Amino acid sequence: MNRLKFFAPVLFFVALGGILWRGLYLDSRTLPSMLIDKKMPEFALGTVSGEEVTNKDLPGQIFLLNVWGSYCLPCLVEHPTFMRLSEEGEIPVVGINYKDRNELAKDWLSTNGNPFTYSIQDEDGRFGIDLGVYGAPETYLVDSEGVIRYRHVSVLDEAVWQQEFLPAIAELRAESE
Amino acid sequence: MNSRQLHTFFLMLISIFLLVIQSSTFAQVDTFEFENNEQQSRFRQLSDELRCPMCQNTNLSGSTGGVAEDLRREIHRMILEGMSNEEIEQFMFERYGDFIFYRPRLRAETVLLWFGPIIFLILGGFVAYGIFRRANLIAKTAVELNDEQEAKLNELVGK
Repeated sequence: MNRLKFFAPVLFFVALGGILWRGLYLDSRTLPSMLIDKKMPEFALGTVSGEEVTNKDLPGQIFLLNVWGSYCLPCLVEHPTFMRLSEEGEIPVVGINYKDRNELAKDWLSTNGNPFTYSIQDEDGRFGIDLGVYGAPETYLVDSEGVIRYRHVSVLDEAVWQQEFLPAIAELRAESE
Repeated sequence: MNSRQLHTFFLMLISIFLLVIQSSTFAQVDTFEFENNEQQSRFRQLSDELRCPMCQNTNLSGSTGGVAEDLRREIHRMILEGMSNEEIEQFMFERYGDFIFYRPRLRAETVLLWFGPIIFLILGGFVAYGIFRRANLIAKTAVELNDEQEAKLNELVGK
């Protein structure tokens, strides 16, 4: 009994220390999205190439929604992954051209290649606010019903694709069967 | 003007210069028009109390980040549309979560954040009370010695 009394504070502080220690290594810049399991917000906007799109024009299957901008260097880093995904037909990628200018966006796509089914032009960032976007790049996984299921903040490279997106997509497919 | 006065004068000049520089770096660049002072002070209050989701250690009013500019513009729009502070905060919460508040709402997820310090204080109080009580008890306990022990004690303290 006395021994327990002696060790209780020690155990308590070890546990507390463990929790705080873990806290040191959490990435506080990655915020949890508030839109997980919610419908994609309503929108009626133009695309970079000039068409009008609304929620009805979203792919009727699982797709990626990638927030990008011509000013955004990390977007260039993740660009080859999206090129591969769209060339191999693995998953449709819808772009959101976030807080960018139309002519710069067009230049960027023609220089680097266009992996997007279409890119929604969000020039003033208003649609981004509805999505809870706080900076490009961000990528959302949206299911066939248009419900947001996952968000990844910052670069989506092959490693992130393998480790985060493939399992999440497999889970969604299993769910719908 | 002697050299000492000159020295003081220049020091003052530099201080004023630094003050001006400092306040201008932190001033917001955007200029919003309001219908009255009440709206303006609400704008200032909200953009001071909401946190920039991108540059996390600044509030919306102190941040030059792209998303902070957009959120200030949204606050301005919502104030002009006649929305209350609660409605504007709800708008922000639905999009950016608890993180947007410097004072998070009291919810199941934030209970520990709000009451954790109090719980630790109470816990510490109990522990401190226990320690003091025991120390007190020990101090008050009369120690009885038999003759032999008494003799040994006297020997040890050198009486």
